[in-house]
Amino acid sequence: MTDIADRRAGAAVALDQVIFSYGEASMVFDLAVEAGSITAIMGPSGSGKTTLLNLVAGFETPKSGRILIDGKDVTDAPPADRPLSMVFQENNLFAHLDVAANVGLGRSPALRLTAGDRAAIFEALARTGLAGKEHRLPREVSGGERQRVALARVLVRDRPVLLLDEPFASLGPALREDMLGLVADLHAERGMTVLFVTHQPEDARRLARMIVFLEDGRVAASGGTAKFFGRHGPEAFRRYIGSVAGSLQSRGFARKQT
Amino acid sequence: MHGRRAVDRRQTAGIVALAAIAILLGGALLGLLAEAASNWSGAIAAFDGYMARIVRFTLWQAVLSTILSVVPAMLVARALSRHPDFPGRSLILRMFAVPLALPAIVAALGILALYGRAGYFAGIFSALSGETWPGAYGLSGILVAHVFFNLPLATRLFVEALDTVPADQWRLASQLGMRAGPSFRFVEWPVMRAAMPGIAGLVFMLCITSFTIVLTLGGGPQATTLEVAIYQALRFDFDPARAVALTLLQILLTAIVVAVLAKLGANVTGDANLSVASRRTREATRVETILNGLVIALALLFVAGPMLATVFAGLDADLGRLAGESTVLRATATSLVLAILSALLSVCLSLSLVMARRALELERRTGSRSLFERLADTGAGFVLVVPPIVIGAGWFILLRHTGNVFLLAPVMVVAVNAVMAMPFAIRAIRPAYDAASERHERLCALLGIGGRDRFRLVDWPVLRRPLFTGFAFAMALSLGDLGVIALFGSDAVQTLPYLLLARMGSYRTEDAAGLALLLGLLCLALITLADWLGKRADD
Repeated sequence: MTDIADRRAGAAVALDQVIFSYGEASMVFDLAVEAGSITAIMGPSGSGKTTLLNLVAGFETPKSGRILIDGKDVTDAPPADRPLSMVFQENNLFAHLDVAANVGLGRSPALRLTAGDRAAIFEALARTGLAGKEHRLPREVSGGERQRVALARVLVRDRPVLLLDEPFASLGPALREDMLGLVADLHAERGMTVLFVTHQPEDARRLARMIVFLEDGRVAASGGTAKFFGRHGPEAFRRYIGSVAGSLQSRGFARKQT
Repeated sequence: MHGRRAVDRRQTAGIVALAAIAILLGGALLGLLAEAASNWSGAIAAFDGYMARIVRFTLWQAVLSTILSVVPAMLVARALSRHPDFPGRSLILRMFAVPLALPAIVAALGILALYGRAGYFAGIFSALSGETWPGAYGLSGILVAHVFFNLPLATRLFVEALDTVPADQWRLASQLGMRAGPSFRFVEWPVMRAAMPGIAGLVFMLCITSFTIVLTLGGGPQATTLEVAIYQALRFDFDPARAVALTLLQILLTAIVVAVLAKLGANVTGDANLSVASRRTREATRVETILNGLVIALALLFVAGPMLATVFAGLDADLGRLAGESTVLRATATSLVLAILSALLSVCLSLSLVMARRALELERRTGSRSLFERLADTGAGFVLVVPPIVIGAGWFILLRHTGNVFLLAPVMVVAVNAVMAMPFAIRAIRPAYDAASERHERLCALLGIGGRDRFRLVDWPVLRRPLFTGFAFAMALSLGDLGVIALFGSDAVQTLPYLLLARMGSYRTEDAAGLALLLGLLCLALITLADWLGKRADD
């Protein structure tokens, strides 16, 4: 319980001239994110949003350049050794393990849990609105609740950086709104650095202090949210918002096609 | 890419498994080549008119078997597919899976009990033809047996193919008022035609490498295939040079067939994954319904006949005395122990290859595949080119100077059967492992779940069922095998199929029928048990 109460500040994240190539395509990321901030990563499909998160998380290895978290070079560290948690669009849970076990894996990858761990898990589940669902299997809870389980695991892992790869994209508007509220609350409590990929301008506006806009595997623009959405926002971003708004009207809400 | 150490371990496992296969195949090849080199003229001299006749018969019986299996199978599959709702449909399809699990020697005895000279039908056939029924020996016996095995297999594969037709297409067909004819022409035939080369190729392949059937039902020089000739050259004539020549021919023949099959994209392990037929309305006219019913009933009788004959003939045998016989008990124990070891080995090797392939694929992601990855992918398929008899023959020739070659029987039976079952085990394991890896790889890397924790918490719960399935299949295959043991068996090491063959050879038909019933039930029980265990593990 003390773990939950123990507030830890976020850590700064930096990509220093990171070059990544995938087949023919080549991407260059040079970026610094302040500790404790919330940054939205936006851009058209294929612009490298998920790749950027995967590089920070350690699922992709850069060809050159350095990735720094809290000032330390983590370029060669395996994902589990990096001080971060990540929530994916789907497949965040092991389907054959119940909700509590899925959260517990955030404490011990061998699922050997102490009484203290169990208390922390219980509290994290209560905090994310999952009290009483500890022993359900993932298929026995709703899609929104599955993402809540993933957030509960983020809480018990308690790492200074949180990466969100469109985890709410497949939820309906009201549910998505709830989940964004939950993320905002958790951020207010913990102060971790949050990087999130989104296609929804209103999500970015609601949550993010900063926006990083990617185009063709490069950072095309970055800056404060207010500035981005203001009259003098970057040209490329305004064009993108316009096209998204157009397609939003016809499709209801965007879902990443993978 | 993720968790570098864990990935390395999976690759190491793959290397070990490939090395084991390489030693098994390499040793056999070494034995063959060494013999050929030392007795070159003998091997050349073996290519005579007799051998040409054997090759001709091998191909001829395979062609006939394939036609007789595949054409009726299309009719049966179509009939089953036209009536997705009739009672007993799934039972029939399940029964059509039984021959695949039944040892060939058991089926051979069932066919003899039914159509043999002293079979249940001999009286009727004699009365009908007006002369004494000669029995289904030689080509006719071989064809009946091959169709018994392959008609149900081909039917299941065709039904599977027909089930891939989207429900919308059926709805469209019935909306357009298509009757049987147009529906066959525009919906069913295109799908079956696409599936046919693969299915026919698979059946042809199975018939060309069929050993037990030809050994027990064929007879004499008129009805001998390459595989049986290899066996005779080694066990009776002891003519290694001739065996080498025959073996090389057999390898060449199967290699050509497999290459053609691979081009056609066939599924060479031939297990059908039947989904539940989608509910669809297909209006068949009364006449068509009757015809379809007739087709299904005939196929059912043909497949069920030998099975029932096995049961009745087996029950006629003096089962009490057989069960008390120490030879029978020892052979049963030997069979079980060897089959369990073989299945364990098979599953371990298969899992290693599956894991290594996936790990390599994850590491690569783009670009072309390395030789290692390609071997891990299709390496096990190579064993299909090399039938068990061929591997056995190679090792037999290699080891024949090292004292008593028959004492190596247990090792050979376990190793060869394990490798032979690998394509099937891999088919059971790989989709589950790859799907689980697709879902879990990043999550495991993120949470630092690796090594033994990963196997215990993540992989085992997901793979339990396919591993059981693979194990049971490998065990049933090994239990019923009469390939390697026919070469290496002796009074010291007897398995049930070997004992069965010996009793047949000494005309103790009743004993053989009793043993066949025992062996058949063992194999079926295994498959059923594993199925049930797997299903329970899934819940």
